[in-house]
Amino acid sequence: MPSPQSLFEKVWAAHAVKKLANGQTQLLIGTHLIHEVTSPQAFGMLRDLGLKVLMPHRTFATVDHIIPTNELVEPYKDSLAQAMMDEVRKNCAEFGITFFDRATGKQGIVHIVGPEQGITQPGTTIACGDSHTSTHGAFGAIAFGIGTSQVRDVLATQTMALGQLKVRRIEVNGKLPPGVYAKDVILHIIRQLGVNGGTGFAYEYAGSTFDGFTMEERMTVCNMSIEGGARVGYVNPDETTFTYLKGRPYSPTGAAWDAAVARWKSFASDPGCRYDDVVKINAADVAPSVTWGINPGQGITINENVPSPDTATSADDKAGIIEALAYMKLPAGKPIKGTKINVAFLGSCTNGRLSDFREVAKYIKGRKVAPGVRAIAVPGSQIVALQCEKEGIDKVLTAAGFEWRAAGCSMCLAMNPDKLIGEELCASSSNRNFKGRQGSTTGRTVLMSPVMVAAAAVTGTVADAREVFAVN
Amino acid sequence: MALAKIISVAGRAVNVPGNDIDTDRIIPARFMKCVTFDGLGEFLFFDVRKDTTTGKDTNHPLNDPRFKGATVLLSGANFGCGSSREHAPQAIQKYGFKAVIAESYAEIFFGNSTTLGMPCVTAVREDIAKIAAAVEKNSAIEVVIDLVKLEARFAGQSVKIAQRESARDALVNGRWDAIGELLDGVPAVKETAKKLPYLAA
Repeated sequence: MPSPQSLFEKVWAAHAVKKLANGQTQLLIGTHLIHEVTSPQAFGMLRDLGLKVLMPHRTFATVDHIIPTNELVEPYKDSLAQAMMDEVRKNCAEFGITFFDRATGKQGIVHIVGPEQGITQPGTTIACGDSHTSTHGAFGAIAFGIGTSQVRDVLATQTMALGQLKVRRIEVNGKLPPGVYAKDVILHIIRQLGVNGGTGFAYEYAGSTFDGFTMEERMTVCNMSIEGGARVGYVNPDETTFTYLKGRPYSPTGAAWDAAVARWKSFASDPGCRYDDVVKINAADVAPSVTWGINPGQGITINENVPSPDTATSADDKAGIIEALAYMKLPAGKPIKGTKINVAFLGSCTNGRLSDFREVAKYIKGRKVAPGVRAIAVPGSQIVALQCEKEGIDKVLTAAGFEWRAAGCSMCLAMNPDKLIGEELCASSSNRNFKGRQGSTTGRTVLMSPVMVAAAAVTGTVADAREVFAVN
Repeated sequence: MALAKIISVAGRAVNVPGNDIDTDRIIPARFMKCVTFDGLGEFLFFDVRKDTTTGKDTNHPLNDPRFKGATVLLSGANFGCGSSREHAPQAIQKYGFKAVIAESYAEIFFGNSTTLGMPCVTAVREDIAKIAAAVEKNSAIEVVIDLVKLEARFAGQSVKIAQRESARDALVNGRWDAIGELLDGVPAVKETAKKLPYLAA
């Protein structure tokens, strides 16, 4: 009987081609997702080397980062954005790659499109030139964010050179209290383990809380693994996974479906397998969380005070607090609740899925965005947008005062017209609160769950959604 | 493809202190609207090198004329965290840097840099501070990063450095860009692929 193995070890073994001279592994990447920002240079390198795409049928493209969400007709006003759009179209046509362009009705943020189409499957390896590729781990895939030279490697050889990761199991058990979401779970984890705590690790998320999570909740958590330094995050596949995948365009059908499910199940971590580290968290300890600083580990729960340099735990911590507070212009040691916001952003690969908008609509119906607050809601894909429109969610949001946009990355990274202006403070359902992240070099980001963004939008302040919406 | 064997890197150094310097700081996203990496160098650390309101140079170390032409970058812990954008190490390299010495690196940034033949080595904080102090005292001194002896030499001193063995091996043996080796493996890739039903055409 073989010794028990983790999902990571099994998927790695199934995709390992050979050992390379420097000790790394040539790892087969079964699914390659590409987008307009990190792929053009890779195609350029491919042409320079006179190479072809080895498996065009395993390569899928979409546009998300630069695409304007308030402009549907090409050419786009921004000629650079149009040039990138033209480039990805040309590359996909030349190399025979499936491209989920706007005209297909399937365009969206690459990490939303993959699962939606059923391309993201358990027991597979996935790579994409984007650090939030870890999202796909929600299906029990091993999914890597990669640089452009590696995009070239995967295009040309369907493999990349990689050293094996250690595995840390993060077990969350119990039921989340009302008004607490998957986003709060990952912010809690990153706060606890640090922004570089996951370096060298794959995170396996497990426990009864994850067992009870929907696929969309699992995706939210896996998405932000990289914010904790872990390149890969995953959840073992189970019935929830299979139910989600059944009937999707790229999911197997008929007898192939049954065979696939049997195979997918076999990849789940074996009971008693070895982990390099295990962390246990009680779901009851997780509360609605917000960031106060300039990295996603600088988070607190809504009723805590912003840290003070005086209470820092180390010299580094102190320097970090001073730098963050100077940038965020938040008073040390005071509540974050009540901090005035200027912008509310709903969307991103972290929280731009149907369930996120449904949850917000449930609470914001009949309420109004506070005067002076700019509020935008950006569906993660055209399919999410269409479904929201069918359910009238777009109407609920626009009635409240949100702008309802077309699908894209939007203000998560502001490579498009959606940007903060000056020192605006944004209540954001995205994943990064780095300096300048949302398009203004002095713009400020407070990360939180979508329902907390809604609460901030209607009160015009960082607020406790449980109070604002009487959640209990 | 014959690649240079990167056994050591020598040059003047500049210290950009701080922990968790993220890739958005290294190269802000708006400069990634490009279809080649050419020209990224001038936008390195752009938003901290230029005053937002006046557009004038800040007191960022890269704006200090003493450090003009430096090829070794010194920094703190978790350098290069955040996005997977290769634009970050590309910008550092195109600006003129040949190597980085920091306390630690984010995973993706480290791999991207190695693939570009730009060694990212680690040293303990006290030792980085020693190098930084020597450079501050005399910016003309040469810092030598020796990937064989795993030491950094400067101003008559020497400190220990470290690097993940797979990266060190790739750099010193001139195989830091894996594409050649990966292409050699394509027949084996096809064999492995045959065992994975989801890869069937």
